[in-house]
Amino acid sequence: MTKQLIVETVDLTKNYDNTTVVDKLNLRIEEGDIFGFLGPNGAGKTTTILMLLGLTEPTSGTAHIYGYNSTREPLKVKRITGYVPEKVGFYEDLAAGYNLAYTARLNGLPEELVIKRVDESLDIVGLSEVAEQKVGEFSRGMKQRLAIADILIKMPKVAILDEPTSGIDPEGITQMLDMIAEIAKERKMTVIMCSHQLYQVQRICNRIGILAKGQLVVEGLLDQLGREALGGGRLRIEVKLTEITSELIDCIRRIGGVVSVERSGDLLLISCLEDLRPQIARVIVGANGLLVEMKIQSYALEDIYRKYFREA
Amino acid sequence: MQGLMTVFYKELADHFTSWRGIILFLMVLLVSVFAVLGPTGAIDNIREQLATPVQYGAGRFAFLYLFSTSGEGMYPFIWFIARILVPIVGIVLGLDAINSEKSSGTMSRLLSQPIYRDAVINGKFLAGVVTIAIMLTTTILLVSAIGLTVLGVAPSSEEVARLLLFWGISILYGAFWLGLAMLFSVYFQRVATSALTSMSIWIFFSFFMSMAAGLAANVLAPMSQTPTAPELLKNYGIQITASRISPIMLFGEAATVLLAPGARTAGEMLQLLHASGARWMPGPLSLGQSLLTIWPHLATIGGLTAALFAISYVKFMREEIRAT
Ligand SMILES: Nc1ncnc2c1ncn2[C@@H]1O[C@H](COP(=O)(O)OP(=O)(O)OP(=O)(O)O)[C@@H](O)[C@H]1O
Ligand SMILES: [Mg+2]
Repeated sequence: MTKQLIVETVDLTKNYDNTTVVDKLNLRIEEGDIFGFLGPNGAGKTTTILMLLGLTEPTSGTAHIYGYNSTREPLKVKRITGYVPEKVGFYEDLAAGYNLAYTARLNGLPEELVIKRVDESLDIVGLSEVAEQKVGEFSRGMKQRLAIADILIKMPKVAILDEPTSGIDPEGITQMLDMIAEIAKERKMTVIMCSHQLYQVQRICNRIGILAKGQLVVEGLLDQLGREALGGGRLRIEVKLTEITSELIDCIRRIGGVVSVERSGDLLLISCLEDLRPQIARVIVGANGLLVEMKIQSYALEDIYRKYFREA
Repeated sequence: MQGLMTVFYKELADHFTSWRGIILFLMVLLVSVFAVLGPTGAIDNIREQLATPVQYGAGRFAFLYLFSTSGEGMYPFIWFIARILVPIVGIVLGLDAINSEKSSGTMSRLLSQPIYRDAVINGKFLAGVVTIAIMLTTTILLVSAIGLTVLGVAPSSEEVARLLLFWGISILYGAFWLGLAMLFSVYFQRVATSALTSMSIWIFFSFFMSMAAGLAANVLAPMSQTPTAPELLKNYGIQITASRISPIMLFGEAATVLLAPGARTAGEMLQLLHASGARWMPGPLSLGQSLLTIWPHLATIGGLTAALFAISYVKFMREEIRAT
């Protein structure tokens, strides 16, 4: 069964006075995806988001969220989409709860539901205690969490977060992203998240797209891209032994699925099509080798990012 | 509609709970009371006039004179309303309506909610107008109450009608200043710039317009050392026409016609002089005649307000809002 397509853009293009900022973008994001939208400063991420939300008109091409045309049916799109802008702001001299209640009313929630929904949302992000406090007294991290609560008010099907973790300390970022991932899972919410923190994106995103100069350089499932970045879709297993013999290398080569074996000091770098750790271990033990360490080399999102940037 | 009302209520609540709104309100009330009760204020003046009932048609409009007259060295209530109170209230309520929300990053959040974009600007404008209306109502009622208790004169039905009309055009006049301030808050990204621009316009019209009009008249119709009557008339005519560019002048004339039926605005005097000597010192205008006289003034202020708002509206509706 194929998942429902939540966000789709077709040749989405935006020009500002003859400079093309977003160039024929074709994005497809499926239900339940946590999509990491990456790219250097000025790549056009925010512009794309504005077009998705109907906050600015595309020069050409179309954007759809849940089948609604972002340019022609912006209200329908906004009803089901929560947006945390790049530099999110609140009414500083009003209480946090009041700020959220305003959002609730703008979404047309009936008055008896407003308080309830506000309390729930504040609870989820852990700000119940300070509901009555003025937002002006909040720290940066608290404001960012309040921004998440703000989009939960309307129980969106899609959340678009433009750098939700900027300006937060490392611990805070981890908490924040875990929270986002958890909410997304619980509510089956699709998430699009812009960020420059690759390590963090890798932790929660299952799909990424990298934008450079308005064009999508690469897009796909993170796992798959990771493997490609490391070596043409293969896994790399690193084995550390006390002693390496050429017989042992031959034995390992003979395991079905192993593509190549390389020696590098006291390490063996084995490239294979699937996770062959048990088989390799057996062969080594059988050949009386002394196994010190064996691990699957993991890719980092940074590798993917760099790889495609060199190409771009 | 629901979006508009939500924005409207929020803005209205802001106006009446913020320090800004409270200070404006207090200022309006204090200045009004001062204009009426202060030394050589309206009350003193009316007492004197009632003692020697010659000038103002035997005190027929004594109640209205609370609003439209003052003693030596003092300005009447409508002077304060026209020159200072309403412009300041309108400007202060509107000067950061749009740009402060942009710079604080709330505008992006607001516009990503399922409301039409014009709900934001309409709701804000409406809330400002209603705030002005509430302030004006309160202060007019307060002055009336002072008149009733201190002077003991009750308004006639015509006086009530004239006051109601004055109330209406004051709100329209407030809407003009609000619209002006909001226009700049749409165009300028920085609150300091928009505030300064609307304030400068107010200061120019309020304090320098008469000078500028005089200057224009002297250039266009220079007078000789010992000016003849036609020379004087021509010069004066140009001066009046020129100063009517100012909405303060337009409103001031209209308010005077409504609230001081015995008096004549400078413009009217001129027309009468031209027409014939027969009606040289006519009696007070009837309510209908008064309305006819001020109709062009109202149309102009209303038209200007509509134009200001329309320009803001178009600009705001097309603008791309980025939270940066
Ligand atoms: N109103 C505008 N007029 C002209 N150019 C603009 C305008 N807004 C943005 N740009 C340009 O569009 C490009 C893309 O901007 P955008 O904000 O989409 O980048 P981004 O990917 O979000 O970058 P960042 O990571 O810094 O947020 C930039 O080069 C910017 O200078
Ligand atoms: Mg951006």
